[in-house]
Amino acid sequence: MAGLLHFEDFQVGQVFPLGPYPVTREEVLDFAREFDPQDFHLDEEAANASVLGGLAASGWHTCAMLMRMIADGYLNRAAGMGSPGLSEVKWLKPVLVGETLTGTMTVLAARISKSRPEMGILDCRWDLFNDKHEKKLDQTGINFMRVRQP
Amino acid sequence: MMGLPLEDIEIGKVHELGSYAFTRENVLSFARRFDPQPFHLDDNAAARGPFGRLAASGWHTAAAWMKCYIATNQVAEAKRRVEGKLCYTTRPSPGFDNLKWIKPVFPGDTINYRLTVTGKRDLASRPDLGMLFSRSEGFNQNGELVYSYEGKVLSAKQSNP
Repeated sequence: MAGLLHFEDFQVGQVFPLGPYPVTREEVLDFAREFDPQDFHLDEEAANASVLGGLAASGWHTCAMLMRMIADGYLNRAAGMGSPGLSEVKWLKPVLVGETLTGTMTVLAARISKSRPEMGILDCRWDLFNDKHEKKLDQTGINFMRVRQP
Repeated sequence: MMGLPLEDIEIGKVHELGSYAFTRENVLSFARRFDPQPFHLDDNAAARGPFGRLAASGWHTAAAWMKCYIATNQVAEAKRRVEGKLCYTTRPSPGFDNLKWIKPVFPGDTINYRLTVTGKRDLASRPDLGMLFSRSEGFNQNGELVYSYEGKVLSAKQSNP
């Protein structure tokens, strides 16, 4: 536990890099078959004809990919306590097969829970980009983080 | 949504979306791929973690909503086709608001999802489309609200079957 990042290690304004995460055809199809079987996530021709402009990941898959980037980027070396939710997620552009995603987490605000002094509340923004630095998604929400010295 | 043109989608109407069974296998499979936090992967770590035992990734709860929504839509669209009615489709969503993971979802839980239509808005730029707003909820087998979020999606109007 001692080596993990705790609430005190997250400063307002601090930015954590995320990724890279390659968006593979196999993973996009697997996720779509399991959770979001719409033509434009499953079928190349339907995808090319749609406004998405190519085989695109389900928006929920994009959120799941970002989650994996967050876990690998900082959360799995931190004393995370889960999340109560997100205030907003914007799917700005389709995430296409063959792209590689990178991202950032920015700490917007940090406070200690009044009712649970062992728990810190981090307001975070997560931004996701492709290789051309086009922004694909932005997400704001909360990460609960254990306080090192409550 | 449900094959209906935006004009026929009734504000306030509740759509039951069916249920999804969370199993140890699908919880672990999702967590390994997308959310490898110790309390989603390992019983011992989870016992010491925030939920007291192994819990599903919140994104698994969200993805399962989508699975139920799509399945319900496909049934409704097939019914319209059989009745000889046109099917109107939803287009990509620009995102969502106020997603809440209210209570943990555990292996063995079955979550029932439902969607309530909360509003619609015309688009100045696209007279053939409008934005449909909804609130979705997930309840566990004990009737406890575990998940909710406010969705929005572009939807075809009567002029655009």
